Formats: sequence, structure tokens, C-alpha cells
Amino acid sequence: MTKLWQVAKLIRSKNSGPFELTFDVIFKDHATYEKVRDAKILNAEWFARTYRLAPEAVAVINYDAASAIKITIPRPAISGDIDDTDVFGGQQYGPLVDLEVPAA
Amino acid sequence: MKEIRILSATGILGSGFREETLKRGMALSPDFIGADSGSTDPGPYYLGSGETLFSDSAYKRDLRLILLAARAAKIPAIIGSACTSGSDAQLERLLGIAHEIAREEGLHFRLAAIHSEQDKGYLKRRLREGRIKPLANAPALDENVIDRSAHIVGMAGIEPFIEALQNGAEVIIAGRSSDTSIFSAMPVMKGINPATVWHAAKILECGAACVVMRRYPDCMFATVSDGSFVIEPPNPEYRCDPASVASHNLYENSTPYILVEPSGVLNTEAAKYEAVSDRAVRVSGSTFMPAGRYTIKLEGAELAGYQTIIIGGVRDPVILRQFDSWLEGLTRAAKDRIRAVFGADIESKYRFDVRVYGRDATMGLLEPVRALGHEVGLLFQVTAQTQALATAVMKSVSHIAVHYPVPEWTGLITSIAYPYSPAEIDRGACYRFNMNHVVEPDTPLEMFRIDYRQV
Repeated sequence: MTKLWQVAKLIRSKNSGPFELTFDVIFKDHATYEKVRDAKILNAEWFARTYRLAPEAVAVINYDAASAIKITIPRPAISGDIDDTDVFGGQQYGPLVDLEVPAA
Repeated sequence: MKEIRILSATGILGSGFREETLKRGMALSPDFIGADSGSTDPGPYYLGSGETLFSDSAYKRDLRLILLAARAAKIPAIIGSACTSGSDAQLERLLGIAHEIAREEGLHFRLAAIHSEQDKGYLKRRLREGRIKPLANAPALDENVIDRSAHIVGMAGIEPFIEALQNGAEVIIAGRSSDTSIFSAMPVMKGINPATVWHAAKILECGAACVVMRRYPDCMFATVSDGSFVIEPPNPEYRCDPASVASHNLYENSTPYILVEPSGVLNTEAAKYEAVSDRAVRVSGSTFMPAGRYTIKLEGAELAGYQTIIIGGVRDPVILRQFDSWLEGLTRAAKDRIRAVFGADIESKYRFDVRVYGRDATMGLLEPVRALGHEVGLLFQVTAQTQALATAVMKSVSHIAVHYPVPEWTGLITSIAYPYSPAEIDRGACYRFNMNHVVEPDTPLEMFRIDYRQV
């Protein structure tokens, strides 16, 4: 099986302001992006289950212009607060990297 | 055809750019140089404490090159969100650096300083009037939160910049301002289609971030006209392609399609990205919907306490096999010792937290995998209302923790490797972002004082 990291040119997470976290998966080619997008592999239910969230908290946005899928969630803790683990939100994408996707 | 040419010096002032690239950018005859100097990314400490993300030397290096280039070409230099958070003290710091540079280089210019720090009395009045509204995931806001805040800034739109430009400012240094306003003010003032302008500004505000492969911070250049803008890196080692420019809308944004500004909303759903060459991209088709109500976003930070931390490692497989119960027992023993030393009323005066690196310290509640490796890193953290108390409490933790037993070993063990002496590290004050709200002012200028100085 192909893993997401093999078909992505970038998988990242980052703050979208101190109160939200956003994840970007930017695909190497548009055809693979369409395949993953249309198979709805990166869907709110899967993401919520993996990240232990309620599905309503997860917004999945397809972005054809950049062959990218974006996922945005509320931050579990405000950036830099006592309970926060990642001030920039930069290391939250790990569970996406080895996700199995349809071959290119 | 009416057009404005914009040189963005770098994504954040103090992070740097190549002097050679700035020269190449200047050869393209920009109408102004812009640079953002702020971010909430590094957390609440900078707004709370007034400290800066970069050193004065780093700000001075970047600002010197920008001011020298702008004055030589007689074009404005516009800097926003001074020294990380754009509070009044941080604005004064960057103004001071600008004065020093002017003195050293013999530069003369009309300087506008835009103040973004907010008066607490004003905000409490607007709150009572129901003219402060929460954004997504906002914490509760009341007058106590306003009173507790160390600093509160408003994020300026283009209007204070336009006001300063119309009053003849040659250099503008602003407190907190939206990253895009720095780049949108002059083109909107000159009457260029705001949809094209705001989209260009979003791409420009991060400097060279929109290139295919950004290896180091650098400048970016855009030529903006009514129907489209063309973005092209002045550094010959860099190139943009349609995907790299479109991708930039994803960055630090909850959706790539919408960008909310004080005066309206940029919508990029219909945007087209076309290659002009193998390194330049033309962007067109975005729309801009003026806001029914003008709003200014607030950022506030309050003291969350003072911290002392300990870093340690555990390598013993016997301990790691029962790690959760060992750590639970250790935590209980540490808290018992703290109560014995400081008395029962200590309970409400401190917080003890443990981060377990190698298990879930990076992702916390979001972590789906909780297996341990052959070693784990421990980070003990005490938070209290004074540094003296945080330090004193942690001194009780460190001794209990380092000798906490497991049943398999008979005799005194030393169960944690501390890399430092002393084990306790004082972190000083820590802060918390405490608002995610917008104000509805009467006018776009009401929350921003502008003063002018002849340098």
C-alpha cells in the first residue's frame, strides 16, 4: 500500500492563530490529489477518531488550486498556555504521515 | 495602466533577507518597501512581557538596509507589528532603533508611529455597550479579564497607514497591525481594485514563503494592477509556480478561501493562478466583500504564573515496564512532601504537571499512540503565583522524584537521570492569551493614535 507521505510534497501542522490548529496535505500531483479527495480518505470521522475529537470539531477543506487538503480543528489548549504541548502547533501531523492511500 | 509595485523585505523583520536580493528588488522600482515585524506564533510571552522575538541587533540589521534603500529611492518604508506583538513598549523599541540608524547614517525623514495598544477603560466601555464580539473558540471575556491583562493590542487595518501616508509619512512604524494591511494600504489608497490588492498582500506578507523551495528568509516582489497581480521573487535562486503561490493561502489560515480583514473579506474561491514564466505567476479572480460592520481584532495576554521545571530521563526497563504506576506513585509522593513542607493551604497555590517525552508530550490529548520506547524523557513543571514559591516547591519534588522506588529493586535507587545541576530551572513569568474577540469601533482610526516625528 502507498502511504500518504509518499504522495505528498508536504504534510504539516501549524497554528491558525492561538486558538486553532490547521493541517495541510499538499500532493505532488493533481491526479493523486483527486483520487484521495474523491475516496474521502481524509474525512472528518477518521480524523476525529485518530485525534480523539468530536467529528463536529473537524473541518475538512479541499483546495483544488494547490492540490491540497486542509483540516482545521480548535486547539486543545491555547497556544503557550500551561497545558499546551506545542506552541507553534508544528508537530501535530505525525498520525497523518503513514496513512494508507490509493496508489498514484 | 495604473499599477503599484511592492517590495516585501522579508516574512518577519529580524529574521533576515539577502542584501543582494534587496538591491535586485530595488532595481525593479518599487513604490514602497513593506515588512511585517510581528507574530503570535511564538506564543503569549512576547505580548505579556514586552520582550522581543529577535535581538535588537537583528532588527537593526534588517531595518538599516530597508531604510537606506527606501530613502535613497525616496519611497516609503512601512513596518507593521513592531517587535513581535506591537505593544507600545515594543513600538518604542523599534522607533528607537530607527532613530539610531538615522543618526548613524545621516538619514532624515518624516516618521509616523501608529500606536495599537488599547486603553482598558475604552475596552470596558465597548464591552458594556455590547460592541466586543467573540470569534471562534474565544475564551470568556469580562471586565476582570481586561483588568488582568498585561497588554492588549488591536490589530490595525489599512486606514491608519493611509492616514499616515496622506499626512506625508516617509517611514511608518506601526504597533500591531494585520500583516496584509502593511501591503494593502498604499495600493488601496491609490484606487487599485481591493480584491487584487488584498490577495497580493496575503502572498507578500510572508516574504519568500510562497516560492517553490524556501531555503532561507528573503524578499518578494509583486506588481499589482486592477485585474491581476504578478508575483516574482527578486532572488534568482528562487522561483514561484502556480501551485506554490496558491499553496501560500493555506499557511496559518483556517481556510485557503477566506481572509477576514477589518474592512471586509477576501474570497479566493474563483482565483486563477497562471505561470507567466518559469518563475513568475499571475493571480486574478479573487473577490473582496466590504464588511457591513468595521471590526478590529483584539489580542491580550495575562500572567499565568511563574514556573520552575526539571528535565530528566529514565532508562531502566524495570521502571519503564511499570511506568504509569511508578509515575503516579511519584506524583503522589511529591505532592505529599509539598503539603508536609508548606502546609495544607499550599494546594490552591501551585500546579504540578509532568510531560512524558517518548509517550505523549508532543501531542498531549491528541496523541493516538501511547507506547513507550527504550527511554523516556520527563519534564516536571511547577506553576505558582511567585517565582520564589515555584522554585521552593520544585526543590521538594526533585529529591523525592530522583529516588522514587519500584518493588523489584531492594535498597535505595536513583531512578531519574538529571542532566543539570541544579536540576531545577526557573522559567520566570509565563503568560496566557486571553482574548479572541473583535471590537466594533465608530471609526477605523478610533483605536489607533498616530504621532509624527521629524527624524
